[in-house]
Amino acid sequence: MSESREITLTVNGERHLIVVEPRRTLADVLRIDLGLTGTHVGCEHGICGACTVLMDDEPVRACLIFGVQADGSSVRTVEGLAVKGELTDLQQAFSRHHALQCGFCTPGFLMLAEGYLATTPAPDPVAVREMASANLCRCTGYQGIVDAIVEVAEHRFRQRPI
Amino acid sequence: MVTLPTSGESQQWVGQPLQRREDARFLRGTGRYTDDVPHAFALHAAFVRSPIAFGVIRSIDVRPALEIPGVIAVLTSADLGHATLTGFLDRDEFIKTAMPILANERVRFVGEPLAIVIATSRYIAEDAIEAVSYEIDEFDPIVAMDDAQRTPQPIHDEAPDGVLVDLRMFNDDELEEVLATSHVVVDETFRSGRLQAAPMEGRGCLAEWIDRDDQLVVTVSTQLPHQVRTGIAQALGLAERQVRVIVPDVGGGFGFKAVLGREEVAVAAAARILRRPVRWAEDRLESLTASFQGREQEYTVRAGFTEDGVLTGLAADIRCNIGAYSAFPFTCGLEPIMAATEFLGVYKVPRYASRSRGIASNKPPSNAYRGVSRPQIVMVMEGLMDRAADRLGIDRVEIRRRNTIRAEDFPYSGPNGITYEPGSYLEALELCAAQVEAAGWRQRCEEAAPGFIRGIGIANFSERNAYGTATMGLRRMPMTPGFEVAHLAMDASGDVTLTSGTCSAGQGHETTFAQIVADRLGIAPDRIQLRQGDTDLTSFGWGTFAGRSLVIGGGAAAVAARRLAVQLREVAAQLLSVDADDVELVNGHARVRGTGASISIDEIAKTVHFRSHLLTDREEYLLESHGSADPSGMFSNGCHAALVEIDAGTCAVQVLDYLVVEDCGVIVNPLVVDGQVRGGIAQGIGATLYEEASYSPDGQPLAGSFMSYLVPTAAEMPPISIHHLETPCYQTETGVKGMGEAGTIGAPAVILSALNDALRSRDAWLEHVPVTPADIQRLLALPTKMESS
Ligand code: FES
Ligand code: FES
Repeated sequence: MSESREITLTVNGERHLIVVEPRRTLADVLRIDLGLTGTHVGCEHGICGACTVLMDDEPVRACLIFGVQADGSSVRTVEGLAVKGELTDLQQAFSRHHALQCGFCTPGFLMLAEGYLATTPAPDPVAVREMASANLCRCTGYQGIVDAIVEVAEHRFRQRPI
Repeated sequence: MVTLPTSGESQQWVGQPLQRREDARFLRGTGRYTDDVPHAFALHAAFVRSPIAFGVIRSIDVRPALEIPGVIAVLTSADLGHATLTGFLDRDEFIKTAMPILANERVRFVGEPLAIVIATSRYIAEDAIEAVSYEIDEFDPIVAMDDAQRTPQPIHDEAPDGVLVDLRMFNDDELEEVLATSHVVVDETFRSGRLQAAPMEGRGCLAEWIDRDDQLVVTVSTQLPHQVRTGIAQALGLAERQVRVIVPDVGGGFGFKAVLGREEVAVAAAARILRRPVRWAEDRLESLTASFQGREQEYTVRAGFTEDGVLTGLAADIRCNIGAYSAFPFTCGLEPIMAATEFLGVYKVPRYASRSRGIASNKPPSNAYRGVSRPQIVMVMEGLMDRAADRLGIDRVEIRRRNTIRAEDFPYSGPNGITYEPGSYLEALELCAAQVEAAGWRQRCEEAAPGFIRGIGIANFSERNAYGTATMGLRRMPMTPGFEVAHLAMDASGDVTLTSGTCSAGQGHETTFAQIVADRLGIAPDRIQLRQGDTDLTSFGWGTFAGRSLVIGGGAAAVAARRLAVQLREVAAQLLSVDADDVELVNGHARVRGTGASISIDEIAKTVHFRSHLLTDREEYLLESHGSADPSGMFSNGCHAALVEIDAGTCAVQVLDYLVVEDCGVIVNPLVVDGQVRGGIAQGIGATLYEEASYSPDGQPLAGSFMSYLVPTAAEMPPISIHHLETPCYQTETGVKGMGEAGTIGAPAVILSALNDALRSRDAWLEHVPVTPADIQRLLALPTKMESS
């Protein structure tokens, strides 16, 4: 165990100064040090995507990144979505399309989709399905997840400022 | 979206695709799963696990681990007083064996816990694992079922031949004669690979001894709160009252959590011994290789048919590789009993005999993965139909039609001793077959691109569920599950709290139970809150498994709601000076039929609580009721069809399209029902094409991560269209039948059927799952029937 280090992390707009061991994962920093347990851990080896968060707007696996690697970055977690209390369009679409059952994978899919939609404004359903295959869900069979993301992508595209 | 009616006629909530009330918290990330429950001072547990499949423990040295700063304790079996869990059936054919909480004397599979490390962080606990040393003398492990005959050392001394359960529940002296005189006998062996349910949230728990309550409070991710309480109490020598089990949100169960694991008991024991809070969250390696598995089975069957393709009789020899221990509480008899009893499915089989065995091996114990043996028996029955159809030159749908139990046959009693309540077996088959035609699948088969071959599969089946005490009693478990009770209480603001001993793992009980109660109380479902998963909050129950919750738990809630409605009407009658029989509960009001008079239910609730002196002839105070339900069990049914494509170049299989006909009686919430179907099919596709908890010959697990245990992603899933039939159940007030397992049950059979259709030009059949690209390659290399003739 080497020396703990001090890092600064902006999470959902709040700045934090945290002391971490170099081996501490970003997932543990978020969940244990900051109490943001919406980021879930399903495999700790980068496959399931339950831990997906946005780091400087990019979807990343929080289980594969050490806290020290995130030093100075800005992280967005599922808790940062419905900031004013009201669910976002994507969150509402997930409920409408029954894109979640146990809900364990849901935060990861939401963050994955948010990151994707920010850079891919008008994806077709095939592309969305391909993108969604980055994460695992054991409950839903994925149809609702894909439908919800496609619907929101279309809606956001139509509503975009011209 | 469903909007609440503000006036007018009463809203019927059962049947509405109501968005789930659970969703908001899950979407915000404020759902609370076991490892999310905050505890500032909890210590962290990790397990030292055996790297050896089978052997005798010579020594365990924990002292170096205790030197590590932050390590609080390392406990072995002796420190736990050699505590055990024993899941057994009280019958002669069952050999009772104990599962030590921590390995004692012997290790019986790779991953078996040798010691529990308690430290101030999981990181330090894992460091400490490395510092524990041990000596184990190895035996040759028993990995495949046939190894038991070769290896001198039995896994359990009580069972020298390795057979822990050997059931001959169904015998028929005339069967051999019938088979001998049948026009054809299809004689085949089917196999299914070992699986892991792989919920996204693994197991986990947080245990703390609370002196004030003289209680061990165990927060645990389980489907069976009360049975976990009983198991922990028994293992630790506590009274039931001294253990409180709390189940927060559960990140998927699928039967994998319908069990009590030794790790949860060890953590609870550590918390009690140390008198400090301890938590543990399983990692994926532990979950895949050191928890529970299932489904590794072999069926040797002989089925006789007449010239017209009518079944004459069936003999089955069933073997289940049940792993190293009998799990608590459902035991290693679970798969063999289910397979033997429900084998015949939707078909009329005049003569039937079976032997079914559970054989021990040096692998993790088996438990109740979604569908329990039904995916296999349906795969076998449908495989037999396809084989017989081929041999007799009968259409594959036609042969099923000729053998299916028909409407006029109900109530049908089969040679398995079960009486079937009405279902739509033939209607489902006909509708599914018609949908296949309408969807143009035959055309699509012919349109496969060069280098690709396509096939269509069909599978007609039933799903028995909601087993009550009358049925469960036949198994002879020391604890017989089956009934449920529900308690309802309306508070002073007119909101209702419902408690149930069932326990959702993502199925949406908070929504669907509320829909059932809402209809009976004439109030909106959002006024009804279900509390579940807490043994101090709910009286007793048997948890969630085998499609029982909405049927039995929801059935009990319906009874309780009906009784509470009577109370509301009586109070209203007194306040309005009318006869209670003239009062109906509609849209939040107690309304007098025929007159305009009404009083709001909120007002009734307020009066009962705050102005009870106005109500002179009530025997009891408050608005509380309870109900119970204990149906014997019922069959949902369905028919699936799949269109698959084989890439002859890569030998990969893709399911292109999928059709479902489902009959689960009255549908409470179509969103939830379709979600269960789709999710189940995803698991069934995984079981058929991708997933296997495989082992090396020396008992080393080969699938220890999601890189080798391949859970299907969105890319592997076909579009699924779902059609509903509705044959109500007559055993419950609600007409609901269970349906959580159908997807998982039907998919292996239908995909195998489709693959065999695609490969029909070769003289070879696939009779196992999972089907790998190597299997496809082997079959494609065979000469086609035309080439060989
Ligand atoms: S927990 Fe990070 S990818 Fe699975
Ligand atoms: S909703 Fe349970 S894992 Fe996706």
